[in-house]
Amino acid sequence: MSALYPSLTAGRERVLVTPEGIAMKLVVASRGARFGALALDLAIIAMLQIGTTLLLFYIAGGVFELGTKALEKSAAGSALQFLVILWFAAMFLFRNAYFMFFELGPRGATWGKRAAGIRIASRDGGRLTPEMVLARNLLRDIELFLPISFLLSASGGDMGAAGIAAVAWFLVFVLFPCFNKDALRAGDLIAGTWVVEAPRRRLESVMSTTRAAQEGTSVTTGAAYRFGEKELAVYGEYELQTLERVLRENRHEALVTVHEAICRKIGWDPGAGDEYAFLEAYYAQLRARLERNMRMGVRKADKWG
Amino acid sequence: MAGTLSTASGDRAIEAAALRSDRFRLEREADWMRLEAIVRRMEANRLGKIPDEDLLALPVLYRTVASSLSVARETSLDAATLAYLEGLVQRAWFLVYGPRTGFAAWLRRFLGGGLPAAVRAIWFDILIALAVMVAGAAVGWLLVASDPSWYYSLVPSQFTDARVPGASREVLHDTLFGNKDEAALSVFAAYLFSNNAQVSILAFALGFAFGIPSLMLLVQNLATLGAMMWLYHGQGLLWDFGGWISVHGTTELFAILLAGAAGLHIGRAIAFPGSRAVMQAAAEAGRRAATVMAGVVQMLVVAAMLEGFARQLVDNTAGRYTIGLSMLAIWCGYFFGLRRSDAGAA
Repeated sequence: MSALYPSLTAGRERVLVTPEGIAMKLVVASRGARFGALALDLAIIAMLQIGTTLLLFYIAGGVFELGTKALEKSAAGSALQFLVILWFAAMFLFRNAYFMFFELGPRGATWGKRAAGIRIASRDGGRLTPEMVLARNLLRDIELFLPISFLLSASGGDMGAAGIAAVAWFLVFVLFPCFNKDALRAGDLIAGTWVVEAPRRRLESVMSTTRAAQEGTSVTTGAAYRFGEKELAVYGEYELQTLERVLRENRHEALVTVHEAICRKIGWDPGAGDEYAFLEAYYAQLRARLERNMRMGVRKADKWG
Repeated sequence: MAGTLSTASGDRAIEAAALRSDRFRLEREADWMRLEAIVRRMEANRLGKIPDEDLLALPVLYRTVASSLSVARETSLDAATLAYLEGLVQRAWFLVYGPRTGFAAWLRRFLGGGLPAAVRAIWFDILIALAVMVAGAAVGWLLVASDPSWYYSLVPSQFTDARVPGASREVLHDTLFGNKDEAALSVFAAYLFSNNAQVSILAFALGFAFGIPSLMLLVQNLATLGAMMWLYHGQGLLWDFGGWISVHGTTELFAILLAGAAGLHIGRAIAFPGSRAVMQAAAEAGRRAATVMAGVVQMLVVAAMLEGFARQLVDNTAGRYTIGLSMLAIWCGYFFGLRRSDAGAA
């Protein structure tokens, strides 16, 4: 929806030219969305790790005697050893492969990123390669896991200067996305990737097939709304698209307000009860006029233009 | 919903549309819907479950919808439709130009030439890292030789069981030989792997700070080795210690060398981008270094298996050297000897 609300994406829009020569608009993901996605992913990883650990303990038949049995050369010992190996492999994979696995998929996003509606893309407009995904995720180790484990160990002991150094280190990487315009973190910089919004929009209904839009005739009151050239000339594309949003949202108070504003502007007497048909007719005729002019190469951005 | 109209009522809808731009949209909507359905399915599933005709139709539909978008931008002021098309074209673009190779294809290309090529590309960094590692080992040795108390700060406590300055020849000899019956070795190997892999990922990632911390990490790790070499040398066991460590060490140290060199490669690209923009230099170096790192992780798996099994099964120094040096020869041959034509490797 963000494209319908330009103010929300101000400063984050980038244009990328595809090989077909289409200028494609990308919106760089907001730092908030990325932080939320990361928090969610870390929570998922923690749950996977804890879940796997509990499951393996359960399979091992309880925590007790694990240490002594694992050192025996019996069949039970071998089985326990195998479980411990499995545990090491699983922990390593959850920590290092979780992000890579999902970002290499067709969505280019982890579960957290999907929930936040964002994804990874190559910054140069080319393919997103496995090497890029690898590079950006290997750097996560110093950006995130190392300072976290350092801070955890520092908070327990009296590390003094080392603790302060760890905090400074952590801040350098955490704040890294705040000091460049594309919100790149260090891993993105190394890999040549960025995180962009992944659009998911429904196709909204056609606006010009109702009777009010077609003929300017209201179904409820039978009133005919015909607007002259002068009455349509007051507004531009910006107002048209605001009107489109108001019509699609179809909230009564908003319709009344906009109806009044337009009537005042074009010198009509605002009645009540038929706002929607009036606005539909005005919308269709204004859009017809603006689109006709557009084909002639004349554009009117807003009411000031 | 306009999207679910049948053809007959669809035609009526087109006639009913008051605006030329809406008629344009209604005429093409079926294509857009079909593309969206394919895209949605591809995003949700693995590629294998998509019917062939949809896979074939994807690039064609993508171009059709992209051209719809171009036309709509010039002729339509329907913000919702434009936003929908922008989004749909973008999603399709991600798939059409997305990572097309599956994991198996990537692995084949990676092992068949991508990895050796990336290793050769950072040869200069490998030389620097090698020099730093040798220097690190020498520093470790010399420090402990001048003052044995250094041993305790250089060697992590997990190795200071029996292996401490002043230990007798027998005790040290026993740490190298006769451990055949020790259980839980495979667990130890798994632990070593995840530990070493984390260390080498660290060595790589630290390269971001101009490569200097990577080099410090190499010095620190090799100083440990140097200190232990001094310890065994004192009891005349240096040759046997060399065999003991070479079984997995040639692979593991090689892997750590490559990880440090990969980090250094990135650090150098950021510090000295040359004629390229810093961002571009960093991204190019980063991808090359990441390829090397994928190889490093695989080497560490091999190293852990050698350490966990081969070292205990081969209980004599000559046999151990044979394994260690063969592994070294295999890695060198693979990385530097295997020079296919670049066309074939790419």
